[in-house]
Amino acid sequence: MRYLPHTEADVARMLKVIGAPAVEALFAHIPAAVRSQRPLDLGPALDEAALLDHLGEIAAQSRPAGAEGALSFLGAGLTPHHVPTAVDALLGRAEWYTSYTPYQPEISQGTLQAIFEFQTIVAELFGLGVANASMYDGASAAAEAILMAKRVTGRGHAVISAGLHPHYVATAETYLSGLTDSFQLAPLDDRTGRTTLSELGEVSCLVVQSPNYWGVVEDLPALAQAAHARGALLVVATTEPLAYGALESPGACGADIACGEGIGLATGPSLGGPGVGLFAARTEHTRKLPGRLIGETVDHQGRRGYVLTLATREQHIRREQATSNICTNQGLIALAFTIHLCLLGRRGWRELSALNLAKAEYAKRQLASLRGFSLRYTAPTFNEFALRVRGGDAARAVEKLAEHNLFAGVAENDTLLVSVTEKHRKGDIDRLVKELNEVLP
Amino acid sequence: MSSDYPNDLRYTKEHEWARLEGNRATIGITKFAVESLGDITQVDLPKEGEAIRKDAVFGTVESVKAVSDLFAPCSGKVLKVNDPLSDSPEYINEDCYDEGWMLVVEVADLKEIEALMTAQQYAEYLKENH
Amino acid sequence: MKRAQPIETRQLLHSEPPIFEQGSPGRSGASLPPLDVPAVDPVAHFGALARAADPELAEVSEVEVTRHFTRLSRWNYAIDIGLYPLGSCTMKYNPKVNERVARWPGFAGLHPAQPPSSLQGALALMWSLERLLCEIGGFARATLQPAAGAHGELAGLMMIRAYHQDRGRHPTQVLIPDSAHGTNPASCTLNGFTTVPLKTGADGLLDLDALRAAANGETAALMITNPSTLGLFEERIAEIAEVVHRAGGLVYMDGANLNALLGKVRPGTTGVDVMHINLHKTFTTPHGGGGPGSGPVGVVAALEPFLPTPTIEKEGTSYRIEYARPKSVGRLRSFFGNFGMHVRAYTYIREMGGEGLTRATEMAVLNANYLRARLQGAFPLAYDRPSMHEVVFTDKRLKKETGVQTLDVAKRLMDYGYHPPTIYFPLPAVTGGAGALMIEPTETETPETLDAFADALLSIVEEAVENPQLVKDAPHQTAIGRLDETLAARKPRLRWTKQSST
Repeated sequence: MRYLPHTEADVARMLKVIGAPAVEALFAHIPAAVRSQRPLDLGPALDEAALLDHLGEIAAQSRPAGAEGALSFLGAGLTPHHVPTAVDALLGRAEWYTSYTPYQPEISQGTLQAIFEFQTIVAELFGLGVANASMYDGASAAAEAILMAKRVTGRGHAVISAGLHPHYVATAETYLSGLTDSFQLAPLDDRTGRTTLSELGEVSCLVVQSPNYWGVVEDLPALAQAAHARGALLVVATTEPLAYGALESPGACGADIACGEGIGLATGPSLGGPGVGLFAARTEHTRKLPGRLIGETVDHQGRRGYVLTLATREQHIRREQATSNICTNQGLIALAFTIHLCLLGRRGWRELSALNLAKAEYAKRQLASLRGFSLRYTAPTFNEFALRVRGGDAARAVEKLAEHNLFAGVAENDTLLVSVTEKHRKGDIDRLVKELNEVLP
Repeated sequence: MSSDYPNDLRYTKEHEWARLEGNRATIGITKFAVESLGDITQVDLPKEGEAIRKDAVFGTVESVKAVSDLFAPCSGKVLKVNDPLSDSPEYINEDCYDEGWMLVVEVADLKEIEALMTAQQYAEYLKENH
Repeated sequence: MKRAQPIETRQLLHSEPPIFEQGSPGRSGASLPPLDVPAVDPVAHFGALARAADPELAEVSEVEVTRHFTRLSRWNYAIDIGLYPLGSCTMKYNPKVNERVARWPGFAGLHPAQPPSSLQGALALMWSLERLLCEIGGFARATLQPAAGAHGELAGLMMIRAYHQDRGRHPTQVLIPDSAHGTNPASCTLNGFTTVPLKTGADGLLDLDALRAAANGETAALMITNPSTLGLFEERIAEIAEVVHRAGGLVYMDGANLNALLGKVRPGTTGVDVMHINLHKTFTTPHGGGGPGSGPVGVVAALEPFLPTPTIEKEGTSYRIEYARPKSVGRLRSFFGNFGMHVRAYTYIREMGGEGLTRATEMAVLNANYLRARLQGAFPLAYDRPSMHEVVFTDKRLKKETGVQTLDVAKRLMDYGYHPPTIYFPLPAVTGGAGALMIEPTETETPETLDAFADALLSIVEEAVENPQLVKDAPHQTAIGRLDETLAARKPRLRWTKQSST
C-alpha cells in the first residue's frame, strides 16, 4: 500500500507508546452490535498499471465530444472553449490543489490573493461592485441569488423567466421547496424569444438568463426598469460569461445580482462538473452575500495581505441564522477561470468574444437558409441559437449524426440548439451544414 | 471601577446601559461587553421610528469571529440612531458611553429603567458572575 | 521529546503584486485562431446592448501569467509540502494517479448533453461508484449529485422532509448536538426546520437523557456526526437511533469523519438512515484550496424514492439516465454533480480495495492515538475517552500557566514548518470554555513525521514557559505576519481597484 507508510515494526513501536496490545484494541470500545460483520467487498486492490488499464477501459466506453476526431456544437448551459495549456499546467502545481481553505492566512496567501483576483474579475465582468469566492455551480448560484433577494427585500415570492436554463429552474424549485416561498414563470415571447412580463406583483426579484437558454439576448435595461418599478431586484444569470465581452454588463444594465457558470472557460466539460458558480452583487448588499469572501488588509508591519473576511455571515459563526449553508466553494476551478481570464486580458477577451459572435452568425445564416430549417426566434443571439427543424423530430437527426461523432446540437422536439465558438473553423461549420442537410429526410 | 461604569447610568445583566433624560433613554453597551467582544467590526441597529421591546433582541454587534445579540433595557420607540457607527463601529471600542452610544428611545414605562441595576449593583454583579 | 527547532527559510520568495498592477496596455497572453468568417460589429448587431467599455482585465503575457501564479502558489502551504493535521478535514495525500485519470479525454472531454449512448463509460463509473459507496456505508442507494458536504446535508434533509410528507406528517424540528459543524443548523434553516440544540454530555458523547427529553412528534430528524467532532465514537448510536425512530424521526449522519470507520462500521447498519460522504476527505479528491468538493448522500431503502433527479440505472449491460422519479426531491444543481471528483474517488477506491481502505482507517486511528499518547502530558484532552481518527486537546493548562493560547500555538507551529491543526472548532461551549487543538494526522503520515510534529508542539510549550512573547508574536518565519482581520472586516476591500494600488 504505497500511501500507507507503516511497517509492522512501526506499528509495534507506536502501539507500545500508546499502551495498546494491538491495532484492533483501538476499536474495542465500539459495541459489537454496530461493528461490521464482514469485510468490505469492493473488488481486489489494483496496482497502478492494472488500475490505469481498468480506468482506460471505462474511459473507452464513452465517445467524448471534446476529443480529437469529434466535432461538437453542444452547448445548452455548458459552452466548452479552448482552454490554454498554461491553465492546466499551473493548476497542476500541488501548492494549489493540495491545500485547504485558507483559514491560516500567513501560509495561504497564494490562494487568498488568487481568489481576491478572481473576485475582482467576476465583479468587472458583471459590472457590479462585489463578487464572492465562488459557488458550487451556476444553478445553485441562481437559487442562492433568489434567497439573497429575499434577504434584501423582505419578500418571498420570485418571478423566473422561462428562458432560465431548465436545470437552474429545477434547482431553484428544490431550494425553495423547504421554505414558504414560491415562484412563477414569466413566459418567452414566441416570436422574439425574449422574456415577457405581465404585471409583476410584490416580488423579491425577477430572474432572467441572458443570453437565455435558447441563446437569445434579453433586453436587460427594460427588465431592470420593470423590476425596480415594483421594488424588486433584477437577478441576471448566465451560462456563458463570454457573452459579456460583447454585451453591456448586467450591472450597467441595472442588475442588482448577477450569477452564472464559468466551467466552459476554466476546464474541460467533465460531464458538467466540477465547474465554478459566479456570484456578484451591488456593493450595498455585501453583507447579504452567501459564501466566502476574501478581503485585502495589512499585517503588523503594514505589508499588504489577504484574509477571509465578513465571516459572521457564514454558517460556522452564525449557524442557523447564516446567509447560506455553503462552506466548500469551487476554489480550484475559480483559479482556472482566473488564469484563463488573465491570459486573455482586455484585448483577448474582446477578441475571443468577437470571434464567437462572428462564427455563430456565420453558422446561423448558413443553417437558417437550409431547406427545412428556420430560426426559432428573431431577437439577437451571441454564440448559440435555436433552429426549428421541419418534420418535428430534431432528436433523431442529432442521434444519427452522433454515431459519426458529429454532435450537431441539443434537440428538444422540433428545436435544435446549436452552439458555435472559436473552436470551430469555417470548414467545421460547413461540414455541420452539409451533414444536417443530408440527414434530414 | 466607578469610571468604568458611570453612576448616572443603569445597567442590564446582558451588559447594556441606559441613560435617562426626561422620558428619553440613550442606550449602549458597557465596557465589560466591549472588552469581551474585542474589536467590533459591525453593528446592526433598528431604524428610527421602529419599536423595541424590553428584554427582546434589538440588534446585533459583531467582531471578526462572533456575533452577539443586543437586548433592550426597556420598551419604546426609536427616536435616534447613531448612524456613524455603521461606518465606524470602532467608536464603540473607543468610547462606549459617549461616542459609541447606539439608540435614543422614547421610554414607554419609566419603571423599566428604574428596575435596572445601578452602577454599584452592576459592578457587584460582574464580580459575582464573571 | 527532542527539542525541535524552527525551520530555516532561505528560499527566495517574491512578493507579488496583484496581476492588475503588472503588464502594459495592449499586451495579451492570448493565442486565438484567425477570423475565417465575416466579422460582425457588436454595435450593429446588439445596438444599445453592446458593451461600451472593456472590463478592466490584466494586460500581461503568458510568461507574466505563469510567473505570477507560480510565485503565488509558493505562498501556499500544501499537503505535498508537509503535514496538514487539520481536524475534521482529513488532509490525506491526494494520489497523483487520480489527477492523471481524471484528465483523460474519455472523462474530462465528455459533454453532459451528449446522447447517453455515447456516455456509457461515465454512466458506468457513476453507477459503480454509487454501489461502492453503498457497500462502504451500508446503504441501499446514493446520489452523487451534491457538490460538497453542506450540499449533501441539504439533499439529505430534503429527502427526510419528503419522506415525512409522503406519510402525511409535517414535523418541524431537527435535533443537533452542540458539537456539530455549523453547516448542520444552516442546512436545517434552508429546509424550513427549526433546530433544537442538544448539549454534549459530561462524557463528551451525546446525552441520551437530553435526547429523550427533546425527541417528540415534532422531531423530523437527529443530525449526528460519528465519530463526533471531538473524535469520539458515539457508542450509544443504536439506542440513539431507536429513540429517534420511536419518536417518528429519522437519523441523519454527517459523514465528515467517515475515515475513522472504513471496514469497521457501516453506518447504514447502525440505525442511520441518511449520510453524506465527503469525497474530498475520506476518498482523496483534492481540497483545491477550498473546493471543489463532492458530497454524495447514501440512504436506506425507505428513502430511495426521494433521491434527487436524475439517477443512473443499469439495464442489462447498458446504463441510462432516469429522470422520471415522481417522489424525488428534485434537482440540486446542474448536470450530474462534480463528475471529475467521482472519477478520482472511484480510482482511489479501486486502487485500495476493501482491505486497503480498512487498513487506511486502522492507520488513521493509530496515528491519532499515537499523537495523543505523545502530547496528552502537555495538553489536557477535551474528553478523556478513546480517540478515533482525531484527537482534541485544550489549551487549559498552557493558558493558565503562560497566557499562551491555541491561536498562538497554531501560529508558532508554522515556524516549525507545519500547518496548524483546527483551532476555531469545536466551540468553547463544548470544551469547557477552553481553546481547542483538533488534530487529525490521517493514515498517510509516517511515525517519523508524527514524532517531529509532537516534538515541535512540546518545544512550543517549553518556549511558552521560557518566553511567552515569542510564541504570542508568532509566526516569525513566514513571509507575512499576522494579518489585521479587524481592518478587513471594518473597511472591506473585496476587489482590486486602481485607488487601492500602491
